[in-house]
Amino acid sequence: MGVDSSLRSRFEQGLAAPICLTWELTYACNLACTHCLSSSGRRDPKELTTDEAKKLIDEIAAMQIFYINIGGGEPMMRKDFFELVEYATSQNIGVKFSTNGTRLDAAAAKRLTSIDYLDIQISIDGVDALTSDRIRGEGSYDQARRAMDNLRDAGFGPFKISVVMTRESVEQLDQFEQLADSYGAQLRLTRLRPSGRGVDEWANLHPSREQNRELYYWLKDRPQVLTGDSFFHLSALGEPLDGLNLCGAGRVVCLIDPIGDVYACPFVIHDEFLAGNVRADGFEAVWQTSELFTSLREPGNPGACASCGSFDACRGGCMAAKFFTGLEITDPDPECVFGHGETALASQRVTLRRASTQDHSRRTRIAVSS
Amino acid sequence: MTLVTTDAFDASAAWQLSPRVSLRDETFGALAYHHDTRRLVFLKSRPLVSLVRRLGEFATASDAVTALVPSAEHDRYVAALRSLARSEILCGS
Repeated sequence: MGVDSSLRSRFEQGLAAPICLTWELTYACNLACTHCLSSSGRRDPKELTTDEAKKLIDEIAAMQIFYINIGGGEPMMRKDFFELVEYATSQNIGVKFSTNGTRLDAAAAKRLTSIDYLDIQISIDGVDALTSDRIRGEGSYDQARRAMDNLRDAGFGPFKISVVMTRESVEQLDQFEQLADSYGAQLRLTRLRPSGRGVDEWANLHPSREQNRELYYWLKDRPQVLTGDSFFHLSALGEPLDGLNLCGAGRVVCLIDPIGDVYACPFVIHDEFLAGNVRADGFEAVWQTSELFTSLREPGNPGACASCGSFDACRGGCMAAKFFTGLEITDPDPECVFGHGETALASQRVTLRRASTQDHSRRTRIAVSS
Repeated sequence: MTLVTTDAFDASAAWQLSPRVSLRDETFGALAYHHDTRRLVFLKSRPLVSLVRRLGEFATASDAVTALVPSAEHDRYVAALRSLARSEILCGS
């Protein structure tokens, strides 16, 4: 899905509808991952009802949004999970959903296998329980593996194994590849963002500059590994990675949260990036006319990156990563491959880390029984 | 489900927009999404979108290009159709 620069500038001006719409179905989650970008845990009493969710799906179909990414929270904790997925796919909307796998037993695997246009991503954060459970909670790795076994046994076909790249997991790339191959699964790697609970963890967990460099070359050798356009800030190292290679926030991407709030992207659940609400305004009106999205589609100011010869490759990187580490939007990405972001962070007189304005974390950490 | 993959695009054969593909108009042209391959493809001009939408009305792809595209642009549009056939946006009809 490579695009030339003229097309990319059209994308930066926004599209009639998003290419990539993420819809977090619920803030409820039975895990408590330390880096959760939506600070999930407890269900919000204001979450969309089944009828409201179906009305939203109708609107998504009318806007010709080809597929939606469903997440949470843990989406399978919603009682109407299957009803909503089947309602969407019956209207020819592809569904990709992310799950921790804890609810994906043999019966669920069988039912999921019967649905067309469905992709499943099971999340782990290490290639073994020791590494993964440190982030996702005790017992979570074994449960995710059981879910993978169930999908394999049900004949689901190539599901996805989704891994956030941390300082530890990035050292296990070849083993992740082997694990995916052993299931006939696809590997999907995404960038750790300092969003949600990740704001506290990011400094300890994000890969080093050297690790990011190795990751870039590893990915260049493996175009079959999915990344969701997550690592475009690494494209400054040479040939662009596969993907659109731009910040899609409010332009080709957005997030609808469980209570119907529309944010510019899944990584900026914060009032500053809140464009509107589907209950109040309808999704199409928010997407097409909200003040926030209109401003995000105006030509950007390259700021501190203007004099860098690689600006055209990385476009200054990820807005969310800058925002939550306290950088300005015109600053370099905190993980700029040339170290300009580290310099910008080091020169902060005070640390301006921001917190998400939605926090549904459980008040106490719970162990997962296996 | 797999469709027959077509490496050789024959403009003297009949082609059409694959029934497995959704097209969405955009200011620059259109987005095409293939529901089986899950690939997203960009059609980078409005005339190309019209050609693709109407391709199935003609006995051959060549006929469609001759009827709908100025002659100076024929080669470019045939090349665009070939590329769309390779990504299975088009299929034989």
